[in-house]
Amino acid sequence: MILSLLIAVPMLGALVVALLPRTANGALAKQVAVGVSLLTLVMSLFTLREFDLDSAGYQLTENAEWIGALGVHWALGVNGIGLTMIFLTTVLTPIVLIASWHDKEHEPERTNTYFAWMLVLEALAIGVFSATDVFMFYVLFEATLIPIYFLIGAHGTGQRSYAAVKFLIYNLVGGLLMLASIVGLYVLSTQQGGPSFLHSDLMRLDMSQSTERLLFLGFFIAFAIKAPLWPLHTWLPDAAASATPGTSVLMVSVIDKVGTFGMIRWCLELFPGASEWASPVVLVLAAISIIYGALLAIGQDDLRRLIALTSVSHFGFIVMGIFAFTTVSMTGSVLYMFNHGLSTAVLFLVAGMMIYRRGSGRISDFGGVQKVAPVLGGVLLIGGLSSLSLPGLAPFVSEFLVLAGTFTRSIPIAAVATLGIVLAAVYILLMYQRTMTGPLNEETAKFTDLSRREVGLLAPAIALIIGLGFYPQPLLDLIEPAVTPVVQTVGVGDPPQRALFDISSSTTEGGHE
Amino acid sequence: MIGTLVSLAPGSLLPAADRPDILAPVLDYKALMPLIVILGFAMLALVVEIVVPKASRFTTQAVVAIGGTAITLGLTVWLYTDLVAVENQRWHGLGGLEGVGAVAVDGPGVITWMMLLVFGIMSFLLFADRTLEGGLSAFTGRAADAPGSAQEAEAVEAKLEHTEVFPLALFALSGMMLFAVSQDLITMFVALEVLSLPLYVLSGLARRRRLLSQEAALKYFLLGAFASAFFLYGAALAYGFSGSLNLTEIDKAVSARGDEAPLLLAAIALLLVGLLFKVGAVPFHSWTPDVYQGAPTPVTAFMAAATKAAAFVAMMRVLFVAFGGSSWDWRPILWIIAVVTMLLGSIVAISQTDVKRMLAYSSVAHAGFLIVGLSGAYLGTKDGNEITSISSVLFYLLAYGVATIGAFAVVTVVRDSAGEATHLSKWAGLGKASPFLAGSFALFMLSFAGIPLTAGFIGKWGVFSAAWAGGAWFLVVIGVLTSAIAAYFYVRVIVLMYFTEPIGDGPTVAVAGVPTTVVIALAVIATVVLGVLPGPFLDLVQHAGVFVR
Repeated sequence: MILSLLIAVPMLGALVVALLPRTANGALAKQVAVGVSLLTLVMSLFTLREFDLDSAGYQLTENAEWIGALGVHWALGVNGIGLTMIFLTTVLTPIVLIASWHDKEHEPERTNTYFAWMLVLEALAIGVFSATDVFMFYVLFEATLIPIYFLIGAHGTGQRSYAAVKFLIYNLVGGLLMLASIVGLYVLSTQQGGPSFLHSDLMRLDMSQSTERLLFLGFFIAFAIKAPLWPLHTWLPDAAASATPGTSVLMVSVIDKVGTFGMIRWCLELFPGASEWASPVVLVLAAISIIYGALLAIGQDDLRRLIALTSVSHFGFIVMGIFAFTTVSMTGSVLYMFNHGLSTAVLFLVAGMMIYRRGSGRISDFGGVQKVAPVLGGVLLIGGLSSLSLPGLAPFVSEFLVLAGTFTRSIPIAAVATLGIVLAAVYILLMYQRTMTGPLNEETAKFTDLSRREVGLLAPAIALIIGLGFYPQPLLDLIEPAVTPVVQTVGVGDPPQRALFDISSSTTEGGHE
Repeated sequence: MIGTLVSLAPGSLLPAADRPDILAPVLDYKALMPLIVILGFAMLALVVEIVVPKASRFTTQAVVAIGGTAITLGLTVWLYTDLVAVENQRWHGLGGLEGVGAVAVDGPGVITWMMLLVFGIMSFLLFADRTLEGGLSAFTGRAADAPGSAQEAEAVEAKLEHTEVFPLALFALSGMMLFAVSQDLITMFVALEVLSLPLYVLSGLARRRRLLSQEAALKYFLLGAFASAFFLYGAALAYGFSGSLNLTEIDKAVSARGDEAPLLLAAIALLLVGLLFKVGAVPFHSWTPDVYQGAPTPVTAFMAAATKAAAFVAMMRVLFVAFGGSSWDWRPILWIIAVVTMLLGSIVAISQTDVKRMLAYSSVAHAGFLIVGLSGAYLGTKDGNEITSISSVLFYLLAYGVATIGAFAVVTVVRDSAGEATHLSKWAGLGKASPFLAGSFALFMLSFAGIPLTAGFIGKWGVFSAAWAGGAWFLVVIGVLTSAIAAYFYVRVIVLMYFTEPIGDGPTVAVAGVPTTVVIALAVIATVVLGVLPGPFLDLVQHAGVFVR
């Protein structure tokens, strides 16, 4: 029941917020929304406590018939991976809601819908991460498009309508290809003894090699658009540039993770053979994403686009770790999904605070901010350093695990990816230098430092980044038992341990069978 | 029925002793009751036209039409619960042949009746709304007046109204009901004409923009007459091939044929032209935008939802029952038509600036999606646990029909001084001006686009499943990609309503009368319920079985 409640509470909260009377400053709606998100956070902590680290497989499962005629179930369950993502969602949502406090001051009559859509998004994200029925997963996956679409299109800035439509069409194409694959799964499962979409039933399906590859492609393309993988990433910078900072955080830190999450849960587990077949291409695409995203980020003059492009680069690492098929790299990828969520949230929110003060997102409009707003500068630095994976901050551990695992699979790919770390240092430090140091200009001289609300809302994220940087073990204990069976399903298996030390023996490229 | 009549004529000339025994046709009145009742109400409406005084005529007609349709719906539901199950080794079905083999009152047929009657009630409610034109209906006061003439102004002054629209619509509805269950090609042709002729007239009766309306009517009539002629020619060739007009008999001839049969192929092709015209599939779609735009909006709603439903069921019946044995002859053609129809409908819709024309092209695209499901020609297994071509098309028709009627109902309400404001630019900012109306329209658009949790999604899901199960997985891939194109122009309307600042004063939204509000509310509820909990209706269509033969 707890998982259904986790979905229901923010969903009902959204309904309440939407129906609350419109007040002059919308304070009531905002307070209720934050309250609901905090309640959800408490419930997710409770879920973490209920979760048994020592037993394998899906836990806290629920299963009720939804559409009997089609064999669709309302089936929920989490393993360590899903739980990590749910935890990320519930931690970030209150932060985002508090950060968005002043977003609607110029049109207070729309405060209610703005905050309601964000809660809807939280509910749908939790549902996606806990669905164990692929039909239900698809429905919720596609449903997330609607809140984001309205959050960008109706509440964004700049070319919001263009960005919203571009976002929607890109993701819809991917989603519809996945739909075609799910239709295929339905027909297969009907032929093999009655329709069912349950993860456990689908894993037992017999399919020919060509069918498996076809169905895999439908799923993979959908997820590759969502967790933007080069060359399907172009919607993200536009969407991030037009969205409010809060929307960007929910979109990049939470919803885009559904892409990489889906690769593990649906691509790898349902189509292990096809995943192995595709892995050389995917690894190359991931490496290109890492370098390409980083290079574009270096050349950016818009803070929000820059952060979006760094994410393209980071998603490259995550996908690479997943398709390297080693326990080490995949554990690293899942941890990276969590850590990237935190560091990107900090970056987007701080960037939002800077843009709120300056009225512009262009990096060249800033300069010397550190002198007048030292706390702001410091927080941006921590966010930036975590984004470039400085040792001691959380993303470092995950990036290291991803690279360590990938090196055992393919040295050229891993070597190219390592270049990405160097480029990350360039884009982050350049951005910091151009905004925070140098002479003050007329506008930046008037900057005020972070308010107590702003410091307070960023504090938990920064605490987690530093804490998990020094002691990531609790999360690793949660993730690793869930990753091991996936690696076994794919069947490539971990390379022999000596490969870590004896480079000459692993030049055989991944050692597939 | 035909056979009996023919044998009757020469028999009467013979001396009494030599006369063959005349078998009185055995009619099961219960099974035919819905048809008889709806036709009865249509004729009652004609009487009302004569006897009821002008002051109360419109209201009486509306009550007769809506009440009669509702009573027929009740009878149909009751009939459905009483249908007898028929089984053989390969399939299961409900009901049987009635009227000496002329009509098939079977599971899919009776479900189509219910669907048509529901569409009928919803559309007639729109017909009956008189609040939008300041106390007058959406139909012209006196069709004989030249548009813009003094007589026309006089007719408006005198508050004249064409109350004949109700009997006309009732006859069209009865024709559609017969069309969907016709078991022989002559009955089907008669039904086709009974449904078409009133629609031609209704299309020309718009109160505003009458020239456009009359042009639409003439276009529809001329092209429709051509299509009917094709159908009739095809029926004649089918008779030449098989020696019968009965679908069951044709099936026997088709199954028993030896080698290539050019006559058979020509028959199928010509019959398909007639049927594809009615569903608005490319390349026989060119009437759709003009007629949808010109016809009075309530008529467009009725036509778009109900004609398509009746024609699709009739098309499936002809193809699956009569020509099932040569399905590999017609399936590849339908695949091509499906792809072209989906693509053309979706792409051309993007460039439309008139909301009614956009909905017309969208209906063309939907015809394409429906053909995808139909051309899977997948009849399922006997236990009825999976989606078949028949059940998926039936579900899609309902999902599409309610959203279409709802969308056109919204169109009737968005107005400016010249009547309905159908130009899309006038819809900018509707989301702020009237959030509930815009919200409903957005929901219908999302359903058309096939976004999950709306009825349209389950509909698309169904037709794609049927196509894949029938071996046409490439159609599924093309279909989903076309859905993305289609989504673009549906979403564009949402962008316009919500994200664009209104031009000038923005759209004027008339206060919708009770009937229109009821229709919009019903359509919204149906779209959401069929999307979130489609189980009951899916169960119903899946257990309706195949067409009996």
